[in-house]
Amino acid sequence: MTPVLRAQRLGKRYRRRWALSECTLDVPAGHVVGLVGPNGAGKSTLLNLATGMLTPTEGTIEVCGGPAGGSTQQLAKVGFVAQDTPVLAGLTVAEHLKLGAKLNPGWDDALARRRIEQLGLDPAQRAGKLSGGQRAQLALTLGIAKRPELLILDEPTAALDPLARREFNQALMEIVSEEGVSVILSSHHVADLERVCDYLIVLVSSQVRVSGEVDDLLAHHHRLVGPRRDVTTLPGDQLVVSESHTDRQTMLIVRTEAPILDPAWRVESVSLEDLVLAYMSLPAGAVPGPRPTLERVR
Amino acid sequence: MIWLTWRQFRVQAAAACALLAVVAATLLIAGPPLTGSQARLAEAANVVYLGGIVAVYVLPAVIGAFWGAPLVARELEAGTVRLVWNQSVTRSRWLDAKMGLTGLAAVLTTAVLTMAVTLWSDPIDAATRPNTIHAVSDEGSAPEVFAARITPWLFGARGIVPIGHALFAFVLGVAIGILLRRTVPAMAVTLAVFAVVQIATPALVRPYLIPAVRETVTITGSSIDRLGPDDDGVLELGVAGPRGAWILDNRTTVDAAGKEVTAPDWVMDCVPVPTTKPTPQAEVTTAQCFARLSDLGYRQRLTYQPADRFWTLQWRETGLFLLLSALLSALCFRWTKRRLP
Repeated sequence: MTPVLRAQRLGKRYRRRWALSECTLDVPAGHVVGLVGPNGAGKSTLLNLATGMLTPTEGTIEVCGGPAGGSTQQLAKVGFVAQDTPVLAGLTVAEHLKLGAKLNPGWDDALARRRIEQLGLDPAQRAGKLSGGQRAQLALTLGIAKRPELLILDEPTAALDPLARREFNQALMEIVSEEGVSVILSSHHVADLERVCDYLIVLVSSQVRVSGEVDDLLAHHHRLVGPRRDVTTLPGDQLVVSESHTDRQTMLIVRTEAPILDPAWRVESVSLEDLVLAYMSLPAGAVPGPRPTLERVR
Repeated sequence: MIWLTWRQFRVQAAAACALLAVVAATLLIAGPPLTGSQARLAEAANVVYLGGIVAVYVLPAVIGAFWGAPLVARELEAGTVRLVWNQSVTRSRWLDAKMGLTGLAAVLTTAVLTMAVTLWSDPIDAATRPNTIHAVSDEGSAPEVFAARITPWLFGARGIVPIGHALFAFVLGVAIGILLRRTVPAMAVTLAVFAVVQIATPALVRPYLIPAVRETVTITGSSIDRLGPDDDGVLELGVAGPRGAWILDNRTTVDAAGKEVTAPDWVMDCVPVPTTKPTPQAEVTTAQCFARLSDLGYRQRLTYQPADRFWTLQWRETGLFLLLSALLSALCFRWTKRRLP
């Protein structure tokens, strides 16, 4: 199956600062992918590269089998809900749907109208007068009604209140289950992602720290608690993601596909949030051994 | 795409139509100037005459600042490009529709305004053409002297040149908007740059669109246009050029060898003091005086663009601005594709 996103040594530089570097990813189709990382990690840059809004400084990025952005066919394959969910303030809700219909050959007008009706939006309302939540929903409607193969959402809920955020996430999950579209969603709300995503990419300081299916990630990461010991004495296939020591105790989060056999350890499972936080708090370039990437997961 | 462009542009289009309607109404109410044997412009007609010129000059600047600069900058600023560019329409197609439709509107608006103003002012402009002999009014007062339409400040408000200026100002605004990505600074910079272009064109470009006519003429008492010391006390002598022409230089005196010189100081005394009433004797003296100057080999060099070159100059300047607009448009497309957002 064609991967929805394939990046090879992808990099983007703004003047002298690298917003993204050495990014190699291979995301299979049919997932809801969570892209998580602290602010300024390069999440928006990666997503904007995927939509063709930005062009890479180095490396390549392919989306749904074609180079990102550029042609009409490629644009039709990808729906994008940009950060802050921009809408044209002077146009009404109905005019936004007309815009979508005029500018997208694959536009599904019935779907768009149904969604607007479900949301209870007044078609005659100007988009500039909508609330943040309604605006996000309108942007999502535009993104999905063009019937893309991949829907990309860049922190769509960042500016929303908890209620609007929950409604948005519900709408998104409905769309995913009904339309069967692949989704890439960035957020720094790990809890939101946990509910929605089945695939995770952790991006920190412009580099991919870990990526893979959520179930695999959870199965391959363990919290080890035991008497204090030096991490260099661990078996070679156990990659230490985080370590903390007290005088007598050592607590590690390690990644390994092999079972933990050392009886000195008490082995606990990790939550997705723990896992993300462990990767996010790693200093830059500090991933031990070969950097865990997708190839190591599958 | 055309629907969206029109939807976003319709308020400005309505404003343009309203402006043209107001101008048309004003010109109709004012009625044709210089009717019958009138030789002087009525005060109201004079206001309309000057107002028309100002309007034709201001319109391209307004188009550049209010249609051109915000065209892309406003969408970049509001982030709405990220919505529009992710529909199934390429950026080039998007910019194509936006610049095409708005540019066409800019050209049409300017064309209609300039045509209306030019038509209304035609009797006044006609009075300056060399082949028109102006009727002296009944009151016996001297006919009013109007600027020839080739005069730099009038040239830019007549014919087809304003269309070239308007299209250039529009594209300039778009380009600056793309570069600055902020609406208000882009508007200000567009106005400033366009003003510089408007001032620089007549001074530095237009005189050279066709090589100017250069003539060496005999200095006579009747052709003398200026005689006296300039600010530095050096004698300055000027002769009048052909009627309706755009005089580029009439102050250069040359000697028999063709070298640029200053006329001898005694020429100053050739012409009687203006306050005294000219007597036949004084005229004879003046004629003799200038004949002596001529015998010594002194001539005046005259550089000018003749009145009949008006349309050639108009086409060339318009062509130049259209070319500049095309180049700038190409840059706009390039930048939109490569540099944005």
